[in-house]
Amino acid sequence: MTFELFLQHLINGISLGSLYALIAIGYTMVYGIVRLINFAHGDIIMLAAYFVFFGVGLFHMPWWLSALLSIVLTALVGMGIEKAAYKPLRDAPRISILISAIGVSFFLENFGIVVFGGRPQAFYSPKVFQGVIKLGNVSIINLGIIIPVITIILLMGLVYIVNNTRTGMAMRACSKDIDTAKLMGIDVDRIISFTFGLGSALAAVGGIMWGLKYPQLHPLIGIMPGLKCFIAAVVGGIGNIPGAMLGGFILGIGEILLVAFLPGLSGYRDAFAFIILILILLFRPTGILGEKVAEKV
Amino acid sequence: MMGLKSINRIFLSIAAIAVVFAFLIWAQGNLDAYKVRILNLCAINIILTLSLNLTNGFTGLFSLGTAGFMAVGAYVSALLTMSPEVKAMNFFMVPINPALAHLNAPFIVALILAGLISALVGFLIGAPVLKLKGDYLAIATLGFGEIISVIFTNTQTITNGALGLKGIPQYTNLYWSWGTAIVVILGLITLLNSSYGRAFKAIREDEIAAQAMGVNLFYHKVLSFSLSAFIAGIGGALLANLISTIDPTMFRFFLTYQILLMVVLGGMGSITGSCISAFIMTVIMELLRVVESPMNLGFINIPGIPGMRMVVFAVILIVVVLFMRQGIMGEKEITWDMLLRKGAGRHESSGS
Repeated sequence: MTFELFLQHLINGISLGSLYALIAIGYTMVYGIVRLINFAHGDIIMLAAYFVFFGVGLFHMPWWLSALLSIVLTALVGMGIEKAAYKPLRDAPRISILISAIGVSFFLENFGIVVFGGRPQAFYSPKVFQGVIKLGNVSIINLGIIIPVITIILLMGLVYIVNNTRTGMAMRACSKDIDTAKLMGIDVDRIISFTFGLGSALAAVGGIMWGLKYPQLHPLIGIMPGLKCFIAAVVGGIGNIPGAMLGGFILGIGEILLVAFLPGLSGYRDAFAFIILILILLFRPTGILGEKVAEKV
Repeated sequence: MMGLKSINRIFLSIAAIAVVFAFLIWAQGNLDAYKVRILNLCAINIILTLSLNLTNGFTGLFSLGTAGFMAVGAYVSALLTMSPEVKAMNFFMVPINPALAHLNAPFIVALILAGLISALVGFLIGAPVLKLKGDYLAIATLGFGEIISVIFTNTQTITNGALGLKGIPQYTNLYWSWGTAIVVILGLITLLNSSYGRAFKAIREDEIAAQAMGVNLFYHKVLSFSLSAFIAGIGGALLANLISTIDPTMFRFFLTYQILLMVVLGGMGSITGSCISAFIMTVIMELLRVVESPMNLGFINIPGIPGMRMVVFAVILIVVVLFMRQGIMGEKEITWDMLLRKGAGRHESSGS
């Protein structure tokens, strides 16, 4: 394998990894605060892509406007799901809320099949993203650069919100100890709602870019990225935002390089993430950047 | 526990089983094929629901690997029961592994082997993964289910890959399915009333406390997990020999979610609850096919909506979790004592 080819694969990996990172952050933020694997997060990605699809195809809106609307709508859907399916169970055993999350995910997938139809649809991709840049022998599709750039900008914004705003401070307080946060006068419901909204908005951006990268749309596209990004969040250390980014990049780059170096194993591409998950959970259950939490009796 | 004399209870149970079998003999002869098939599915779903309830409800291990174990069982049984000619017809893209080509076994052997190999896979998976708790365990087992599906798609010389297997002999009839279901029910009742069952429940209630009381956590968790895999494997085998066509995409998490709904609806930690909900849900799912087929009400034509059944399914799951978290039975059981005394607050399972 030549160096150029390696570089080519690496760039593809970074582009996929940044998508994973973007989606993984939604998982990690929600888990950090309410200790819930939001199974529906993957299906949120699918909804966002369909919103853009219908915005452009059905309502003939300009592309950027439907993307913007899709992000807002998806954030609202995320908040709605929290209100309807998770909030009533906040004091219930963790398993109940997990089952509810599974139910919501299952619902969104099948709702998608009923409403959007089971047939794959072509996702509209504007010309801007399709151009190719050549650097010596390495050719990069514009999208391959735009995705990481957008991801990095969004992540910097997110880190700023979490570290430097009052809401961010409240979010951090909630993730440390939700009951104490309540006693300190933090409106916990509002913070949780905000977290779901923010996570879903990031997932929406991820979903739209996913649609641009793999322009075939069907109601079940969210499942695999959803599972993989959860794994990315766990690999990095769940509840830890830089960890989610790191995990996303590890998974994305690893997956692409696996297929590139061992083409015979390309059929096992989707299993790769799960094997990484098992290894991480066995040897470092708290993830790469996670802190160890002792279990209290 | 001053209930009925135990001899009376055993007598009542035998009588009940006899009644069930009398009904089955009548059903096998007099009901049409479609109804017999639904009854078969009911029994298989009871088996699968009990399998998942053993880990999720009784041992407190939230596992989502049922579909994967079913796949193992289904493929083992299919490869053992298909005749060499049918196998040769199936494997036209990639030839079958010569070791498997002439393998053949009676159905009972196939069923047991399906369970054993599935249990072995369960043990191999469980040993590392059962260190995990709660939602991590859920994701890891879900991941394993998906991996099994991916592996089966890729091992073409053994499983025929994505093409699946067709023409599996339809050995499953009411006696096999309900017979197995009754064996599983009786086995589980015995197990759960033994020291093992109490250890499982102790782990469910509080792992650390159970460990402090001397329960070997790892041993009991792996045992529960492997047993659950064993039962799921047999369920998968019965299913394969009922529907006669299997492929790897059949055994994905959709299937696990359906079983999970039955467990939750029946009550996590109740055998009778699982039986009732598996039966009811199977029948409801069949009745709901009406929603998906076009309807003609004389004056108006309603087009069928494919996929609507699953939407209803998901809604039921959410509603059950939100509004009746205990399910139909909670952790209670219907026992003979309770039935004969009109359930005046006496239950066999007096909270552990």
